[in-house]
Amino acid sequence: MTHAVHDLGGQPAGPIEFAEHERTFFDQRVDAMMRILAHPEHGHYTVDAMRRAVESLPENQYFELGYYERWVRAIKQLVVEKGLLSEDELNCKLAALRSEQRPA
Amino acid sequence: MKPVFVTGDKVKVRAAEVATHCRTPHYLRGKRGIVARVFGAYPNPEQLAYHRLGVPYLPLYQIEFDFKEVWGKAAGATVITADIYQHWLERDN
Amino acid sequence: MSGDHHHPHGDKAHDHDSHAPVSEAHDISSESALLERALRELLIEKNIFTAGDLRRQIELTESRTPELGAKVVARAWTDAQYKARLLADAKPAIENLLGIDLNLTPELTVVENTAARHHVICCTLCSCYPRAVLGIPPAWYKSPEYRARVVREPREVLAEFGTQLPDDVEIRVVDSTADMRYMVLPLRPRDTGHLSEQELIALITRDSMIGVSVLAGSQY
Repeated sequence: MTHAVHDLGGQPAGPIEFAEHERTFFDQRVDAMMRILAHPEHGHYTVDAMRRAVESLPENQYFELGYYERWVRAIKQLVVEKGLLSEDELNCKLAALRSEQRPA
Repeated sequence: MKPVFVTGDKVKVRAAEVATHCRTPHYLRGKRGIVARVFGAYPNPEQLAYHRLGVPYLPLYQIEFDFKEVWGKAAGATVITADIYQHWLERDN
Repeated sequence: MSGDHHHPHGDKAHDHDSHAPVSEAHDISSESALLERALRELLIEKNIFTAGDLRRQIELTESRTPELGAKVVARAWTDAQYKARLLADAKPAIENLLGIDLNLTPELTVVENTAARHHVICCTLCSCYPRAVLGIPPAWYKSPEYRARVVREPREVLAEFGTQLPDDVEIRVVDSTADMRYMVLPLRPRDTGHLSEQELIALITRDSMIGVSVLAGSQY
């Protein structure tokens, strides 16, 4: 029987962690980007596509990554799927940001 | 798509397995329930997830499941409700 | 952007919702932070959205807090006709009361907790939540543990939240699996008939509107 990683109802699980997490700028920006890109009227994809992208993360990533870390990966997948950005553009940008962070 | 169920109807969630995106939780597949509320019709999420239009829209129902039907054991007076699209439901007579 | 958001009253509703961001997370991997920045900068460069769009979206999201839900609950407790309208068709009743536009937000249903019937909401598939009236869901609501367990052992999960209900109170676990979002109208505590609507708002907690807790003084 297949069981999708996100489909958790009734699965074995431990105690609930009650700590309230501060929302960070990272969280806010990812949340806002997702909401703009999946806007019901002028978005580029639907929240359903967003869910599908999150659910298709490998199981270890789904559970190890933070909530908005999963989202940012889903946004990446979908903007490439929809042709808003190319894989190459993203890789160039990431390389530029990395070299900026590690000045020679 | 026209709604075929009304409040109070007995239904059974299809026991299908799908590898693509869907919003029918696994723990409710094959379970019997009762239509508690009839909502409107909504774009098919199984299509929206892949950038398709989601037509025809699907009637959506809130289905009420007895806890024992879902988990095989009683837990006092406990009910689970979930919202299930029509194509996942069959009539249970 | 940390200090520009405040609540004029009803701080009780926010005891468990300190949502003002204070810093970058230290537990976000540098890879995730880099990816966020790369996406944001490229999408802005390409004019997919502007920095202003992002800012406005963040402000809209941050303006939605449990105090909105608390106002709806307090009105429903004090105005039977309003309560009937709210339970029959939540969105227009909430829009009229709060003066907010819910046109682009998901469908919304309010479910009423009584001395005989207690609702608790969840989303076993992701993190569906009545954001329009309660804001961003708490971390535990989105956690695998809550999502996995609340449908299988609801009384035990409620007990972990400190919520013990008599055995004869029916528990209805509401799994938000599709287009509908749910908010709980909690049971009004006894001996609150003399309180003003503002004072009632201050009693109402986020968790009582999710249904994992009941308000102090609730009588079963």
